Amino acid sequence: MTRYSTLKLLLLLATATAIPATLARDWKALEEDDLHDRSNPAVGILQEPEEALSVLAPDSAGNKVNWVEAIRQGQIKPRASLYGDNPVRQHDTEVVMKNTLDLPFVLFPHKAHNEWMSCEMCHETLFRSVRDGNAISMERILEGEFCGVCHGAVSFPLTECNRCHSVLRDAVPASISGAVVPKE
Amino acid sequence: MKRVIKTRRLVLLAIIVLPFAVAWAEYADVVINMQAEDKGMSPVIFPHWFHRVRFQCSVCHVDIGFKTKAGASGITMDKISQGQYCGACHNGEIAWSAENCDFCHSGTPGLETGVEGGHKTAGPGYY
Ligand code: HEC
Ligand code: HEC
Ligand code: HEC
Ligand code: HEC
Ligand code: HEC
Ligand code: HEC
Repeated sequence: MTRYSTLKLLLLLATATAIPATLARDWKALEEDDLHDRSNPAVGILQEPEEALSVLAPDSAGNKVNWVEAIRQGQIKPRASLYGDNPVRQHDTEVVMKNTLDLPFVLFPHKAHNEWMSCEMCHETLFRSVRDGNAISMERILEGEFCGVCHGAVSFPLTECNRCHSVLRDAVPASISGAVVPKE
Repeated sequence: MKRVIKTRRLVLLAIIVLPFAVAWAEYADVVINMQAEDKGMSPVIFPHWFHRVRFQCSVCHVDIGFKTKAGASGITMDKISQGQYCGACHNGEIAWSAENCDFCHSGTPGLETGVEGGHKTAGPGYY
């Protein structure tokens, strides 16, 4: 019982810390970002994040852009190769991961990822392409392994618990784990 | 049971640390300063947000071969002028050429190699 309420509290905390970010959808100017050298002649020529990002599908964390939506709404069309445009191979399953203590299950969507990258980004280096074939845990994700290679560094940050832990525990029959083909 | 407690402590730590770890810089900007400053150039700032609008992740991380760890690719100007790494695009063809030193070497002196924004940038201890 205590275990259950502590986890709830954690989720609440995580949500609460995300709120200030939600309220302010703004971007630091390059010369104030603590990174670019103000005296560098390029500052003033380089594009300001606000100019490029404010017109894309909004989000509350990371770049404050919902990158999945930005592609789906046709706002951007990142190229799949340097020359020509070989389409990236698609694999349209969603994998449910149930080893989440009392939190909602994790749903890994292949489609959203394949709109951004080819299989080789993950297989067989970060993940074996076998259901339940990887010893993933939150600890290791927080250490920057598995999902944590990208999430928390370039893709939306790890404070967004519910975007991965997105399937209510009683919504999935106990018999199902591993890959589930989504309804079209 | 012990393991559960440990995990919970880690998760709590992460929640507390993450919001503070977010620097002012744009999320996912990468500072590369393995050699630049030692050789008299300002640190390099690579903006993910700018490039991902134009290219999928695998163009760089699979086809060109950038490692997914800041500083790990071993980039040098020689390789860039031979058309590797940044030079696969910054060749005056796909993007402006490597003569524009300032565009890449735009960082404040003293910056450390790393990615801005996530679990690997700041905070006490490993996280
Ligand atoms: C896959 C191709 C590609 C690779 C690899 C690449 N770039 Fe770029 N980069 C571009 C393109 C395209 C532009 C936009 C050029 C233009 O506007 O004419 C650009 C622009 C930039 C800009 C200017 C952004 C602005 O605000 O205008 C910087 C800085 C930059 N690149 C740094 C780098 C660095 C550093 C590397 C290597 C670590 C790198 N790039 C590798 C394609 C690439
Ligand atoms: C990028 C996706 C992602 C995000 C964001 C995420 N998790 Fe997880 N989490 C996972 C995956 C994947 C697992 C492992 C599931 C499995 O193996 O069945 C997991 C497992 C867990 C577990 C089970 C215990 C363990 O150590 O594995 C807990 C507790 C947990 N996450 C809490 C959280 C909390 C709290 C947050 C927000 C601060 C969070 N997670 C954010 C993907 C994520
Ligand atoms: C962002 C990382 C990522 C990318 C990119 C990716 N996968 Fe996966 N894949 C996973 C994960 C995570 C699992 C689940 C493994 C587990 O359950 O332990 C998985 C599981 C699988 C499985 C076994 C489950 C199933 O769906 O039947 C297959 C097959 C698979 N992937 C094929 C592919 C193919 C083909 C591509 C490219 C079109 C691809 N994957 C791209 C991360 C990825
Ligand atoms: C190789 C990099 C990479 C890895 C590894 C990775 N992701 Fe992602 N993920 C992305 C990118 C890129 C996006 C696009 C959104 C963004 O960048 O914020 C994304 C988006 C998502 C989304 C949002 C989908 C939507 O429809 O909005 C979920 C959920 C997700 N990832 C879960 C996971 C989980 C769970 C894992 C680990 C099992 C994982 N990802 C591993 C790169 C990665
Ligand atoms: C497209 C981006 C880009 C441009 C343009 C660029 N560099 Fe670099 N440069 C890099 C990257 C990335 C590194 C690796 C940084 C590190 O590891 O510290 C680097 C490293 C260096 C280094 C140290 C390593 C070595 O090879 O000796 C020197 C010196 C250097 N650059 C000088 C220059 C000069 C001079 C110019 C202009 C003629 C220039 N760079 C233009 C991206 C660029
Ligand atoms: C234009 C090229 C380019 C594109 C496109 C690109 N990256 Fe990167 N990425 C880089 C470079 C360069 C580095 C730094 C490598 C180094 O320092 O050796 C990097 C570093 C990383 C890192 C390591 C950060 C850390 O923790 O140290 C991750 C994770 C990453 N990229 C994920 C992604 C994801 C996910 C995408 C797609 C949404 C993406 N990248 C798109 C060039 C690119």
